Amino acid sequence: MGWSLIRVWTLLVYLFMFLPIAVVVLLAFNANQFGSFPMTGLSLRWFDELFQNEAILRALRTSLTLGALTALISTTLGVLASLALVRYDIPFRNTISTILIAPILVPEVVLAVALLLFLQFLGIHKSFTLLLFGHVIFTLPFVILVVQARLVGIRRDVEEAAMSLGASPIQTFFTITLPLLTPAVAAGGLFAFTISFDDITDTLFWKPGGVETVPTQIFAMLRNSISPEINALGTLMILITAGLPLIGLAISRKLAMRRDRAG
Amino acid sequence: MSAVTLSNISKQFGSFTAVEPMSLDIPEGQFVTLLGPSGCGKTTTLRMIAGLLDPTGGEITIKGRRVNDLPIHKRNLGIVFQNYALFPHKTIADNVGFGLRYRNVSKEDAARRVREALELVQLPHVADRYPSALSGGQQQRIALARAIVIEPDVLLLDEPLSALDANLREDMRVELKKIQHRIGVTSIFVTHDQAEALAMSDQIVVMSDGRVEQVGPPEEVYNAPASEFVANFLGASNILPGQCTGRQNGTVVMDTPLFGTVPVPAEKAPNVPGAGAAKLVLRAEKLQLVPKGQADPDQISAEAVVETVDYQGQAVRYFVCSGDTQLQAINMIDTRPFAEGDSVSIQFRPRDCAALPGA
Repeated sequence: MGWSLIRVWTLLVYLFMFLPIAVVVLLAFNANQFGSFPMTGLSLRWFDELFQNEAILRALRTSLTLGALTALISTTLGVLASLALVRYDIPFRNTISTILIAPILVPEVVLAVALLLFLQFLGIHKSFTLLLFGHVIFTLPFVILVVQARLVGIRRDVEEAAMSLGASPIQTFFTITLPLLTPAVAAGGLFAFTISFDDITDTLFWKPGGVETVPTQIFAMLRNSISPEINALGTLMILITAGLPLIGLAISRKLAMRRDRAG
Repeated sequence: MSAVTLSNISKQFGSFTAVEPMSLDIPEGQFVTLLGPSGCGKTTTLRMIAGLLDPTGGEITIKGRRVNDLPIHKRNLGIVFQNYALFPHKTIADNVGFGLRYRNVSKEDAARRVREALELVQLPHVADRYPSALSGGQQQRIALARAIVIEPDVLLLDEPLSALDANLREDMRVELKKIQHRIGVTSIFVTHDQAEALAMSDQIVVMSDGRVEQVGPPEEVYNAPASEFVANFLGASNILPGQCTGRQNGTVVMDTPLFGTVPVPAEKAPNVPGAGAAKLVLRAEKLQLVPKGQADPDQISAEAVVETVDYQGQAVRYFVCSGDTQLQAINMIDTRPFAEGDSVSIQFRPRDCAALPGA
C-alpha cells in the first residue's frame, strides 16, 4: 500500500516535470495555427517556417557560434587552470581555486549586473566579444571542476615515466596527460556549450543591441504572441542540449569498448 | 669509470632535512641498493638522481657528465616505479616503444627492439593488449622492458617489487637480477626490504634519517654492521654492552657482563678503539639454544630461560632471559622446539660476533 503510493507520487512528480516539455514537442508537430489541444493533424509546417525565418536562423547561428567559442575558450583555460592548481605548487592555491569556482555560487543576475556595471565603469561598450567573455566566466567553473577531478586521478608517476623516457614536459602533456584527460575535457566542453547555449539571464544583460541568441529570440517572440514556431524552436533546442551530451557519452562508450576488446 | 657519482648531495624541504650531504660512487654495471625504513631519504636520493627533485647542495654526475641542471628527459635514464606507471591508453608495444620515439631509431629498428625487450621479460605475446588486461607482475615486467629498451645509462628502480604479492615478489626478484646481469646496466634500487637488498645487490647503502649508515657488499653489511641501526635493520641482533680490553691475534677482546670475555674478529670491529666502552653485536640466528648443560665447550655460552616462542615453520624465534638481559635467537627446527619456561643453555661462536664502538 505504502509502496504503491510512493510509486504514484513519483509518477506524478515526473509528469509535472516532463509533461510541459512533452506538450511543447507535441504541439510543434501540430498542423493548427493555434497551439492547443486537440491537435488537428501532424505537420512539419512550423519547422519549415522556422527555417524560413531569417531572425531565428540568425539567432541560431549566433547561439551555436557563441556556444562553440565559449566551449573552446573555457576548456582551454579550464585545463590550464586545473593543471596549475593540481600539478604545481602555486601560492594562494585555495584562494585562486575558490575565486575561479565562485561564479557558480553567485546568483546569475548579480553576476550579470556586476559585469555590466564594471564595463560601464571602464567605459567599454557591449559587444559580442564581451558577451563571449561573460559566458566564459560562468562556464569556466564547470570545466575546472570536471577536469580537476580527473587530473587528480591521473598518477603523477605516469607523467614522470614519460619524461624519464625522453619526452619533454610539453610532449608529455600532449602524448600522456591530455589523452588521459580527454573524457573530462570533452565533458567540460559539452557542459560549457550547453550552459552557454541555454543561458538567457546573463545574455539579456550583456548582449549588444541587434544581437539575439536563441533564448533571447524566443523571449522576444513571446512578447508579441505565442507562435507555434516557438514550439518548434523549443523542440530543436531540447534536441541540441539533450542530444549533444548523449552523443558524447555514446562516443566515449564506444572508444572505451574498443580499448577493452583489444585488451 | 663510475657510472654515477654523488658528491655531497643533500636535500632540504623547508627546515626539514630529507637527505644530509652524502657521497657515493657507483661503478659501471653495478647493482646498488638504497636500503632503509620509510622516510630515511632513499627515495628522495633516487628522485634527485632521476632529476625529479633538485638537490639543495652537491653535485650529481652520470657517466662523467654533471647533470644537476639537466632536466629528466635529457638524462637517458630508465625508471621503474612502484605502481608500474604504464600508459593506460597505449598498447603494450606502444608503451615499450615510447622512449624510442624520442631517439633517432627507425620504425623497423624500434619494432625489433620492442620485440626483443618483450622477449627478454618473457612476455612476447602481449604486444597488442592494453595494460589493464595484464596482471600486476606482468605490468611490472612491461615497465622494466620499457625502461631498458632505450638502453639507459642508469636503471633506477623505486621499490618495484613492493606492489606484488609475496610469492611473485621472490620470483620477480630473481628474474630482475638475472635480466640486470644479462644486459649489464648500472642499477640503483630502492627498497625497505632487507631480504631483497641482500639477495640482489653488489653494494648496499643503508640509510636512516637522511644519513648514510653504511656502504658495503651484502655480506659485509650483514656480518659487520657499522652501527646499531644497521645491525637491527638487517635481521635481528642482540646488542650487548661491554668493554673492549685490547687486541690480540687479530681479535678485539671484549668483556661483557653476560658472557665474560669474547674475542671478536678484528675485521668485524673496525671502528672499535683499542680500549674503552664497546658493544657486542650478536645476530639472533647465530645464537643457539641447547638443552641446559649441553653447551659446546668450544663455544661461548650462558644459562637462560625461554620466555616467548614464536613458531615460524622452518624456524623458531625465541626470546630468552639470562639474568636481567633479554636476548632473541632464531633457530632452525631440528626436532621439537623448546617450550616457554624451559631452562636452556645459549651458545655462540665468537667469530660470528661483531663489535661497535660506544656505550
